[in-house]
Amino acid sequence: MTSALIGASVEAGPASPEGRRPRRVRRTTPRNTLTRGAGLGLGVAMIWFSLLVLIPLTAVIAAAGQGGWSGYIDVLRNDQTWAAVTLTVSQALVVTLVNIVIGSIIAWVLVRDDFWGKRLLDVIIDVPFALPTIVAGLVLLSLYGPNSPLGLHWAFTPNAVTLALAFVTLPFIVRTVQPVLEELEADVEEAAASLGASRATIVRRIILPSLAPAIAAGAALSFARAISEYGSLVLLSGNRPFQTEVVSVRVLTFIENGNNQSAAALASIMLAVALVVIVALDIVQRRVARRG
Amino acid sequence: MVDVSTPTTWLLRLVAVGYVFFLVAWPVGLVVQQTFSNGISNLTDALSDEQVVGALQLTLMVAFWAVVINLVFGVGISLLLVRFEFPGKRVLSALIDLPLSVSPVVVGLALLLVYNGRDGWIGPTAESRGFQIIFDSPGMIMATCFVALPLIIREVVPVLHEIGDDQEQAARSLGASTRQTFWRITLPSIKWAVVYGVVLSLARSLGEFGAVKIVSGNITGQTQTATLVVEAKYQNFQQETAYATSFLLIVVSIAALVVVAFLRPKRAH
Repeated sequence: MTSALIGASVEAGPASPEGRRPRRVRRTTPRNTLTRGAGLGLGVAMIWFSLLVLIPLTAVIAAAGQGGWSGYIDVLRNDQTWAAVTLTVSQALVVTLVNIVIGSIIAWVLVRDDFWGKRLLDVIIDVPFALPTIVAGLVLLSLYGPNSPLGLHWAFTPNAVTLALAFVTLPFIVRTVQPVLEELEADVEEAAASLGASRATIVRRIILPSLAPAIAAGAALSFARAISEYGSLVLLSGNRPFQTEVVSVRVLTFIENGNNQSAAALASIMLAVALVVIVALDIVQRRVARRG
Repeated sequence: MVDVSTPTTWLLRLVAVGYVFFLVAWPVGLVVQQTFSNGISNLTDALSDEQVVGALQLTLMVAFWAVVINLVFGVGISLLLVRFEFPGKRVLSALIDLPLSVSPVVVGLALLLVYNGRDGWIGPTAESRGFQIIFDSPGMIMATCFVALPLIIREVVPVLHEIGDDQEQAARSLGASTRQTFWRITLPSIKWAVVYGVVLSLARSLGEFGAVKIVSGNITGQTQTATLVVEAKYQNFQQETAYATSFLLIVVSIAALVVVAFLRPKRAH
């Protein structure tokens, strides 16, 4: 499986899910097949997309660039900002690792196990996606806040940050691994078992390598979401400088103080991370698509 | 299929169910329980609070327009990306996904930098013509559009790929106009994907917090949405109202989930 990933042959032309339909030979398709109406539609769509996404994001980079490199360094050198960056990145990594283990287990249980209430579990997994983030914070406060029935008082501690990030990123790995696990051929596992492979060997040599791209994709999404999280932390973490303040809160503080340039510098770093994740995901997905 | 021993099965089951129970199910249940701790008086009190009612109306209005705009844009872009070839298509299709990974705070900042009336790139020009964007509903609609942008596209594009364009070509060769082909052939076959995308977008739009907080200015009674009211009420020690408003938002998002859970299998057949 891994060798298929590394040694994948490069397709001619842009690889897209259309590659699944072999009768269409990509090389002969012209570069531009827009009709006049479609061209007009594309123009209108691009104007809106530029006004909404491209120009504003460019403005962030431009505002960040006003201070040059020294602007970036000054922002990062600020102790409070640096503490926020390290807290955010370390908590995001912790949560992503937890998700890799727990998310894979949940996906496994949802696909291979069968028990009463499995359908309910399947629906609950999506709740963190659907809940507004501020409500997510309030929800977590009810069990882990001052009035916790468990006696856990995690509000306003670094634990609260871990908790909030774990909540909002729960579905990512489950939802990327689940479909791959569903389509996994049982024949290979049975063949391995009939050749005398132990259960542990089958999981390690056959199942995990096939799931690796999906786990990687889910982990990337979950990391990206974790470092950009804001809403669920507002009520839960208390935003204490040096203790529970994350990067997004820092950016917001800069905005509220009218210091748009520092806000933009920090925001552009977050944007760069988001871009890296998207590119990485694109590469993983293309390789996986080609393999099929 | 690999045979898992019974103890391992139970252990994995326990880990999965336990984790989800402590992280999601129990906390959500507690909020619902606290909402009804005094019967339905918490809900009725919240619904007679002008600030809450105004915020709910504003939220609905913003979400409605954001979903309508994203619907038109999303279906259009999906058709363009799947049915046509043009230079820059791959870049566009990658950029479309960008809003999902951008922090809401960065979204707010980005819109603020361009559309604020004081030193923005476009804002002063727009405001001198009497069109205020930031600290008003247009900005809030834009922020909501931004964060929910890819949801419909991500649902529709795979379905368009799957159904292929044979039927559309047949319709066109029999003399159907582009418009007829779209309304009679394409739209019916992507119907469920569109509905699914709209439900997801609606849930996301109603619940947006960070980006809207920045562009709206969070002005009480004017540009405060439901999620902003939850924050304000909680911090003002009006926790019952915060819980009740949250409960309404939870109901909407879980309703969206249930609708989607029922739609998905239908689409597979």
